[in-house]
Amino acid sequence: MSFGGELNIISTLLSGVLLFTGLLFFIAGSVGMLRFPDSFSRLHAVTKADSLGLGAIIAGLMFYCSWWQNLLMLLIWLLVLASGTVSCQLLARFCKNKQDQA
Amino acid sequence: MSLLLFDLLLCGLLLALALASVLSRQLSHAVILYIAFGLLMALTWARLAAPDLALAEAAIGAGLTGALCFTALARQGRLAVGPTLGWQQRCWPALFVLVTLCGLLLVLLQIPVNPGPLPALVKQQLAASGVSHPVTAVLLNFRSWDTLLELLVLLLALLGTLQVAPAPVRQSSWVLSRSWSQLLAPLIILLAGYLLWAGAHQPGGAFQAGALLAAGAVVLKLNQQLNWLVWTNGWVRFFTIAGLAVFVIAVLAAWLLSDAVAEPVWLSWPPEFAKYIILLIEIFATLAIAITLTLLVVAEQPGTPLSLARQEDNETADG
Repeated sequence: MSFGGELNIISTLLSGVLLFTGLLFFIAGSVGMLRFPDSFSRLHAVTKADSLGLGAIIAGLMFYCSWWQNLLMLLIWLLVLASGTVSCQLLARFCKNKQDQA
Repeated sequence: MSLLLFDLLLCGLLLALALASVLSRQLSHAVILYIAFGLLMALTWARLAAPDLALAEAAIGAGLTGALCFTALARQGRLAVGPTLGWQQRCWPALFVLVTLCGLLLVLLQIPVNPGPLPALVKQQLAASGVSHPVTAVLLNFRSWDTLLELLVLLLALLGTLQVAPAPVRQSSWVLSRSWSQLLAPLIILLAGYLLWAGAHQPGGAFQAGALLAAGAVVLKLNQQLNWLVWTNGWVRFFTIAGLAVFVIAVLAAWLLSDAVAEPVWLSWPPEFAKYIILLIEIFATLAIAITLTLLVVAEQPGTPLSLARQEDNETADG
C-alpha cells in the first residue's frame, strides 16, 4: 500500500489540505467541549465541529479510494451527521428540562 | 514507524481509559469512559488482524453494554445520580480487577509462543467444513460445542435477568429520535443480513449480526416502538429458545444420518450438508441472540398484581 503513489501533486496537496482542515475542526471541537462553560455551548462545539471535520477528512480520503469505497464513506458521513444531530438535540432537551426544573 | 506510534498511542489510551473508568467518581462517567474503552478495544482487535472480534466488540462492547449499563443506571433512580463514590467504594472493584488481571497474566504466560499444529489442521480440513472462512468453520463445525454452550449461557443469562427485571415504567419518546430510529431500522436489518450471509466466507456471522439487530431493536424499544417484543409474547419465547433447539435438533439429525450410529461422533456435520446445516443454525442463532440481547437491555417484568400494586403505591407517594 503506497499512499499517494499514483497521485499527481495537486491531488496530494488538496487532500493534505482537506485532511488538515478536518483535524483542525476535530481539535477545535474537543477544546470547545473541554473549555466551554455550559452544556449547550459544549454540545454546539462538539457536534458542529465534528460533523464538518469528519466531512473534510472523508473528502480528503476520497482521493485515495475507488468510487465504491467513496460512496460507502459518504453514506457513513451522512449517518454520523444525522445521528450526531439527533443525539445532540436529545441531550440539549434533557439539559433544558433539568434547567427548567432547577 | 507511524504505525508503531499509532499502536503505542492506542495502548496508552486503552490503559488510561480503563483506569479512569474503574476509578471514576461517578457511575455515569464510568459508563461513558467504558464505552470509549470499548470503541478503542474494537480498533485494537482490528489492528491485531482479528476483524471478527473487532466487529463483535464494536457491536457488543461499545454499543450494547453501554446501553445496558445506562438503562441499569436509569432504573436505579435518584440513588445513582446523586452522590459521588468514596475512595473505599472505588478501591474494591479495582482490587477485584487487579486479582483477575494477575490470574489472566498467569494464564497468558502459559500459552506457547508458536501457534502449534491447529491452524494448519484447520486449513487442511477447511474444504470439508462447508464454509470458506476459517473462523466460522471453527465456531460452527470443528468446535461447535463451544458455540452451543455460548447460546446456552446467553439463554441462562436472560432467564436470570428476567427474574430481577424491574416493573414497567412510563417513558415518553421524542418525535425526532423516534423517526430517526425508524429510518435506521431497514438499514440495520439489511446490514445484519449481509453480515450473516458474509460470515461463510469473510468476517461476520451469527453473533455480529445478532448484536447489530439487537442494537437496532434496543434503539427502537427505547423510543417506545416494537411493543410486541416482550417476554410475555409466545413467539418471542419461541425464537429465543429456537436458537438452541435448532442446534440440538441438527446435532441429533446429523447423528441419525451418519452411518456410525453405534459409535456416535457428536457435533460433526456430514460434509455434503454442512453448508446448509451451518446456515440454518446461524439464522436461528442470529434471531435468538438478537432477541436475547435486546431483552437483556430493555426487559421488563410483566405486570403481576404485586408489582402493579407497588407501582401504584409509588405513584401515590410521589403525588
